[in-house]
Amino acid sequence: MEANEQLTSAKQLLDPQLQKKIRIKTLTKSSVVIRSTLIILALLSIYAFISFDYKQLDVGEAVLSTFANLKAMFLEPHLKHFTFTHALYQVFVTLGLAFLTTLFGAIIAVFLGLLAAENLTNKRVSSMIKGSVAFIRAVPTVLWVLIFAVAAGLGSVAAVIGMTFHSVSYLVKAYSESFEELDNGVIEALQASGANWWQIIFQAVIPSSLTYMISWTFLRFEINFAVAIAMGAAAGAGGIGFDMFMASNFYLDIREIGAITYFVLAIAILLEMVAIRFKKKLKVNG
Amino acid sequence: MQADYFEKKKRSTRLFLAILGVVTVISIIITEYNVVKGFSSLPKAVEWGLANFYPTQESLTKLPAILDKLIETLLVSIAATTTGAVMALLFAILGSNTTRVNAFFGSISRGIATIFRNIDVAAWAMILLFSFGQSSLTGYFALFFGSFGFLTRAFVETIDEVSGSSVEALQATGAGYFSIIFQSVIPSSLPQMISWILFMIETNIRSATLIGLLTGSGIGFTFNLYYKSLNYDVASLVVVVIIVAILFIESVSNYVRRAVL
Amino acid sequence: MTALLEVNHVSKQFGSDTKALSDVNFSVNEGEFVSIIGPSGAGKSTLLRCINRMIDATSGEIIFDNMNVMNLKKKDLKKVRTKIGMIFQHYNLVNRLSVIENTLHGNLGKKSTLAGVLGLYSQEEKEQAVNILHVLGLDEHIYKRADQLSGGQKQRVGIARALIQDPRMLLCDEPIASLDPNSAKIIMDHLRNISTKLGITVLVNLHQVDVALKYSDKIIGVNHGQVVYNGSPKDITKEDIQLIYGSEAEDLIFDVGGIHAS
Ligand SMILES: Nc1ncnc2c1ncn2[C@@H]1O[C@H](COP(=O)(O)OP(=O)(O)OP(=O)(O)O)[C@@H](O)[C@H]1O
Ligand SMILES: [Mg+2]
Repeated sequence: MEANEQLTSAKQLLDPQLQKKIRIKTLTKSSVVIRSTLIILALLSIYAFISFDYKQLDVGEAVLSTFANLKAMFLEPHLKHFTFTHALYQVFVTLGLAFLTTLFGAIIAVFLGLLAAENLTNKRVSSMIKGSVAFIRAVPTVLWVLIFAVAAGLGSVAAVIGMTFHSVSYLVKAYSESFEELDNGVIEALQASGANWWQIIFQAVIPSSLTYMISWTFLRFEINFAVAIAMGAAAGAGGIGFDMFMASNFYLDIREIGAITYFVLAIAILLEMVAIRFKKKLKVNG
Repeated sequence: MQADYFEKKKRSTRLFLAILGVVTVISIIITEYNVVKGFSSLPKAVEWGLANFYPTQESLTKLPAILDKLIETLLVSIAATTTGAVMALLFAILGSNTTRVNAFFGSISRGIATIFRNIDVAAWAMILLFSFGQSSLTGYFALFFGSFGFLTRAFVETIDEVSGSSVEALQATGAGYFSIIFQSVIPSSLPQMISWILFMIETNIRSATLIGLLTGSGIGFTFNLYYKSLNYDVASLVVVVIIVAILFIESVSNYVRRAVL
Repeated sequence: MTALLEVNHVSKQFGSDTKALSDVNFSVNEGEFVSIIGPSGAGKSTLLRCINRMIDATSGEIIFDNMNVMNLKKKDLKKVRTKIGMIFQHYNLVNRLSVIENTLHGNLGKKSTLAGVLGLYSQEEKEQAVNILHVLGLDEHIYKRADQLSGGQKQRVGIARALIQDPRMLLCDEPIASLDPNSAKIIMDHLRNISTKLGITVLVNLHQVDVALKYSDKIIGVNHGQVVYNGSPKDITKEDIQLIYGSEAEDLIFDVGGIHAS
């Protein structure tokens, strides 16, 4: 082809150094870190499988019986120890737990989030709050619930406080980051017109971050629904999670777990669909 | 006109607050949440915590055993995340609008991931407990299923976000499906995917504690043991160990994220 | 001269009510530089993408190099695509890979699956990539990551990726729409050179009428999915421009005489 001739003639112009082997991959910090991260994770996983505590388990048999269980669960669900209305009511109890903890968490997080936003306070206050919030987040929710349960007794009070703790830490991070994205010019303009801190917060900061805040809060509600189920099972918080725990640990009824799972799935998928809507909004506005 | 606008805004704000109030009251009633007790128990809990919930000199003798369990829990979390990620990558490629083979398989693979994601790991643990008992595999599979579901969704979003345009370009050169996946989709989404994997590991360590409580394994079981026997000093040591581990992993993954993205 | 590309009675329907193209006819000769102009939504991108079947036309016939593209099976289609380079408004590079890797991507269509997956390229291919990048003035940037380049440089990488395919024809969808006038001129000069010196046929979608008139051998004006002008840039009149862009555009389009003068 004509094109090729052109290119070969161009080749002759090049200095001889280029005639030697040409590498195409370049080693950057990013590619080195990516590769080492992947290798380390792979090695740790292999080591994990070797060191697992298998407890004389016949893995093949266990897998097969799990398949049988899943089949029974999803294809032959039934309710024996609970009525349909009871299960439905318990789903609402779980939703109620999720709602309360999200609401309390959101209210507290708005104030802490304002204090944690670097552009609204100062660096010291901000990093102090962000630090304590990271600390709270590091403790698994169930441990918070159990710790509060010693003082408040097992039940919804401990569950709500423990779950609220985690919601606060999650939402403070989300809120403060969206506050920090606010254009500094807006704050300056209001300051110049003589507005005080609270006026700036309520007239500029919160209105412009509102869509973000609503989306994040809903995402947390979705998470809290799942957490509330787990707390029902592991920390006596009541709701559908507790029924699931009973079906699994006391009645040993896999089909009943199946029925309960269907309830949970229905609500969770519904919430996820709404959350995706909110998230799309986040993207459009961001 | 203007008065109307503010009136309307005020009215919708009031309506929103009213609905919020009603739902709150209903929630309080059905969850049997005692508001007074809720507020009063907070200072009580703090007081109790300061008096009892801290590690003592003697509790430190249990540290080696606790670390042992911590490492087991970490390994379970990591193994579940990495294997879950491999499977999620497969499903995400099939499920993403950019790279799917056809619309039918696309919906199927996303549907499967949706189901796995929306059954909570605690529920998976209780289901798996029937066959896998108190072995590490109960926790492993529970976390594996949850990670698979979550990461599939995250990876699908990543692929659609970052590789749409270069996939089009490579299709136009006549490149084959697998060449496109390996030369365009994976290189462009890998950093974001690694970030999600690290996030998942953090989450899984917390969930592993919960699963341990439910199934009697790992660090969650250790905590439960001392908590139930009122050995709060050792229980608090377990909490401290978990906090240190999670903050450590968080800082490692923040470093990786900064280097990679 | 023989026609390299013939578009006969091509229509494209999106959904039930969007007719993006209706009965489009034209032909392009080997080595010709053709600009397609028309208002937003006229169907320019759709037309270009129908030619290499990134979009499947609803009806009609597209003959490229004596082959009807519309009837091709998957495998043959890929083969045809290796002979047609494509250049995009937003460059469509793999941002995290180096310039040379992005350039070599143009060869993937000719590779076995395994070589493609592993990204194995011969020394010859690499040398060719370096040469092309040299011709396009990108010597210093060969190992830079694509996202560290300026828009104009990225577009040159896009051209390099198309050139390494050793194509018979280039399809360019608004290659300069995101560039400043200087970089735009560099890109257009390169495209014109490719057509004149390498004899590669070039089909460009453009929004800049003056640029189209200056560089092209032929202008195709599209409006509402129909070809409303097909001819030499020299013969284009004010009325033709009005026909292409609609009568409201009258004030927007500068004096055609002035364009020809420049
Ligand atoms: N994938 C699609 N699905 C449905 N309709 C489409 C699709 N792509 C294009 N269209 C419609 O086809 C028509 C032509 O679009 P096209 O992108 O070809 O226009 P264009 O001339 O390239 O415009 P622009 O100059 O803005 O790029 C438009 O009405 C558009 O809405
Ligand atoms: Mg277009």
